[in-house]
Amino acid sequence: MEPIFKKQERTGPVLFSDYKRGDGIKRALEVGRENVLFELKSSKLKGRGGAGFPTSTKWMLTAAAKSEQKFIVCNADEGEPGTFKDRVLLTEYPELVFDGMVIGGYTVGAKEGLVYLRGEYEYMYKFLTDYLEQMRKDNLLGKKILGVEDFNFDITIRLGAGAYVCGEETALIESLEGQRGESRNRPPYPVNTGYNGHPTSVNNVETLAAAAHIVVKGGDWYAKVGTDKSSGSKLFSVSGDCKKPGVYELPWGTRIKDLLKIVEAADTKAVQVGGASGVCIPALQFDRTLAYEDAATGGSIMIFGKNRDMLSVLKNFMEFFVEESCGQCTPCRIGNIKLLEGVEMIEKGEFTFDYIDKLKDLGHTMQIASKCGLGQSSPNSFISILDNFKDEILNKIEA
Amino acid sequence: MDNKKISRAPVSQQEFKVPKPEDTNTIGGMISIEVNEKKISVPLGTTILDACKMNQIHIPTLCHHDDLCVAGVCRVCVVEVEGMRTLQAACAFPITAPIKVKTSTSQVRKARRHIIDLLLSEHYGECYSCIRNGNCELQSLAQEYGVDGYTFGHCDKPAYEMDKSSYSVIRDMSKCILCKRCVRTCIDLQEVGVLEAIDKGDKTHIGTFMEKPLADVICINCGQCINRCPTAALHANDPSDEIWDAIDDPTKHVVIQTAPSPRAAIAECFDMPAGQSMTMELNTALKRIGFDAVFDTNFTADLTIFEEGTELIIRLYKALVEGDKSIAFPQFTSCSPGWVKYLEHFYPEFIPNLSTAKSPQQMFGAIIKTFYAQQIGVDPKDVVSVALMPCSAKKFECNRPEMADSGYKDVDYGLTTREMAKMIKEAGIHLPEMPKTHFDSPFGDASGAGLIFGATGGVMEAALRSVIEFVTGNKTENIFANANITPVRGFEGVKYVELPINAVGPVPDILKHLVKDWNWLKGATLKVAVAHGTANAKKILDDIKRGGKFSECHFIEFMACPGGCIGGGGQPIPTSLEIRQARAKAIYDEDESLTMRKSHDNPYVKMIYEKFFTEGPCGHLSHKLLHTHYTPRGRFIS
Repeated sequence: MEPIFKKQERTGPVLFSDYKRGDGIKRALEVGRENVLFELKSSKLKGRGGAGFPTSTKWMLTAAAKSEQKFIVCNADEGEPGTFKDRVLLTEYPELVFDGMVIGGYTVGAKEGLVYLRGEYEYMYKFLTDYLEQMRKDNLLGKKILGVEDFNFDITIRLGAGAYVCGEETALIESLEGQRGESRNRPPYPVNTGYNGHPTSVNNVETLAAAAHIVVKGGDWYAKVGTDKSSGSKLFSVSGDCKKPGVYELPWGTRIKDLLKIVEAADTKAVQVGGASGVCIPALQFDRTLAYEDAATGGSIMIFGKNRDMLSVLKNFMEFFVEESCGQCTPCRIGNIKLLEGVEMIEKGEFTFDYIDKLKDLGHTMQIASKCGLGQSSPNSFISILDNFKDEILNKIEA
Repeated sequence: MDNKKISRAPVSQQEFKVPKPEDTNTIGGMISIEVNEKKISVPLGTTILDACKMNQIHIPTLCHHDDLCVAGVCRVCVVEVEGMRTLQAACAFPITAPIKVKTSTSQVRKARRHIIDLLLSEHYGECYSCIRNGNCELQSLAQEYGVDGYTFGHCDKPAYEMDKSSYSVIRDMSKCILCKRCVRTCIDLQEVGVLEAIDKGDKTHIGTFMEKPLADVICINCGQCINRCPTAALHANDPSDEIWDAIDDPTKHVVIQTAPSPRAAIAECFDMPAGQSMTMELNTALKRIGFDAVFDTNFTADLTIFEEGTELIIRLYKALVEGDKSIAFPQFTSCSPGWVKYLEHFYPEFIPNLSTAKSPQQMFGAIIKTFYAQQIGVDPKDVVSVALMPCSAKKFECNRPEMADSGYKDVDYGLTTREMAKMIKEAGIHLPEMPKTHFDSPFGDASGAGLIFGATGGVMEAALRSVIEFVTGNKTENIFANANITPVRGFEGVKYVELPINAVGPVPDILKHLVKDWNWLKGATLKVAVAHGTANAKKILDDIKRGGKFSECHFIEFMACPGGCIGGGGQPIPTSLEIRQARAKAIYDEDESLTMRKSHDNPYVKMIYEKFFTEGPCGHLSHKLLHTHYTPRGRFIS
């Protein structure tokens, strides 16, 4: 079969290292659930969607929950502005993602895996379902996988419908159930009460891919890469003002200025780390590292050159949140509208510093009082851009 | 899959999966937490909000409602939980660990104030011209948090056009704060599902199917959403201006019938606790306002027992004695217009099961413009008939085209308890201070059986008080102490009762033209059931479809609203289980204080069968005036 998506030459310490389809599954079935969890724990792998929850803990909790049915859900709703690394994994390395799901299913005791595929990735649907069909033929999916008597596991792909909030795991589950995409109250957490009320582990595409490698090569091998608190590598989707945008696998702990060198960015004014919901880092802070303990990201790196207008960057982000808030909780639904209005006031020069301070204060409330990660992170750019680029913005208004 | 709750609400909103201990005395049944540095002990799985309530610690709420599943969306109830980065919604946080909670730190107070400010910035709040002025939860919250200005602006123009299409419920979405109580009421409590959040982000709003007006969707007009709306985004279609006009018009003879449930609840609108009956005080107030005559709907409730009871006997006779297989069983009550429309939409195949008897409101309407108009010598075109009801669906019911059997619109206006209170206040009357007056002739006072129609199980109890005596010849008191048929009472969602007929008596005169004797019922077991709230009605209907135990029933009482009419969509706001129980108690207490407690003891009912419906119950004239037919609507026709 001629591959629809041509695999590019890619190098990287972990994810883009050698891996043969099925190896992870074979290894997992050989060593058993406890050892899979042990390796994951020693790898210190954390969720790659951005929240950074330890994957071994998530799988352990799902494995420990009592239920006749459990689910592994692959969060492929890659929607954070500036993120496109899951696209590469799904089209060029599907063996990693699906093997990771099978390993996860085996470890937590799930019989079903669901891929929640971003609506805009519909073009991959046929490729992925064909790939799954091939795995079934090769006994890597379906009944008695690789001859193991009581291990049945299959994967279905579901398409999202374009809502950003459905990347949030509980909203994703609501959407899978056919409900409106809105985040749930937590506790209870999905590991206990997830899809249709059953224990569910929702993992990012990249997390599952990393897990497949870890099972084959060991947790210690993985933990050697990266920093102490951020082990392993990360895929960065680099876009913006640079010569070589694209997807890069780099160890956690890479300094921003080193990354800028790799992608050949010059005269960089700011780097937005973590997409619209991330923080905007000015040139003075380019010594900072990309890591959970410093500048964390689900993969999005946006580079802004010296000629970019930071206020219009901010406006763009806020317009995004005003539209993409699911609309259920007050701080996020109305708060983002007020922040956008604030940006527009600054744009027109019709504002008071007192009111902008009030809006920043409101931003802090949104960070702690919103129902889910969307509202909790949406004021990040507002606060960081206004703090870090205050002079630029004021100069422009006066001019 | 019996253990899985079948419901249209998202799993997340149905219930906490944290199992609450059955016995809090077992180890681990109780858990100790710290709230504001004070140690308290609560059952495992209790929410922070309930734990605080039990310990007299106030936490403000807005989207929370005791009748509804949890939402956690307004975020007004946020509190600090030690060790957690973000604030937690107290209403949605089940306690499973010995946590430390702070309910009033500076960041909590600031967050709450921010949230209120944000809500006010989007809420079209013209308080002085608002129907909920003085009874608005957003207004109270603003006051509680000392809001003295609009920090983030204020909306001075309505963002949406009002939807006044429905006879019953008006939607004013400019006042909506998206707490989704109405959505949870409609989807989860009533399982009707007319209202749902539509769109996302700044365009989020509560909408209907294809954004159609409420009159064009499958709304059953129960008004439960109105009772739970914290603002005036949902309110009833108020006819009081037209009623004032009629009262002020000397050529009109304006009569009003009052149902028992408003009388048991209207005191709440005059700052009195729930459960104070105001029947006789209300009569005085209504006469002072200018109504020409005040009648008791319980009179036609008693009449309903005759008509509906006779219909049941005819059905039983045809099915059991004549072997007619076309007779639909069980027979369903038809006095709740919300229930009737629910059935027409969702279970039209059960229309043959609905009793053809009109509701007491519509029976009275037909009698007022025929018999009564004749008696007082007034042209029925000059009679204006008003019905004080606990109900918003009654407004729709009186506008049904078939409800004009008198040759005129049988009931001109359905008025809710809230609207009545407003009219009384407008007339400068403080209801609780009124002296007591009896109802007007020629219908006079009615029986306690008619009175208890207001509470769930009441129609069934009223029917049984008569049926038992008609069939067995025995006094109800000899079977149920004090004639209180307690098995059909109470707030359990679905009730099922079996009554074996061991002995039969002589056939009473009024039924002699229908049956010769009761021998065919001897040894039989009468099976009856009661359901309140359409979600519970759905359970029974689905069971009947499956051929379950309810399919063996003979007679089932259905009420659209939780608690029956006392919890109706026209009743005072707020509502809660405790309030509904207090209203029901008021009704049962009043029933017990009466000497006439059975419909067949009502002398005025006997009088009207002698003077007017001379062919007796289910006779020709009663069929014309007191019975009706129904419309199979399905899911797509309003």
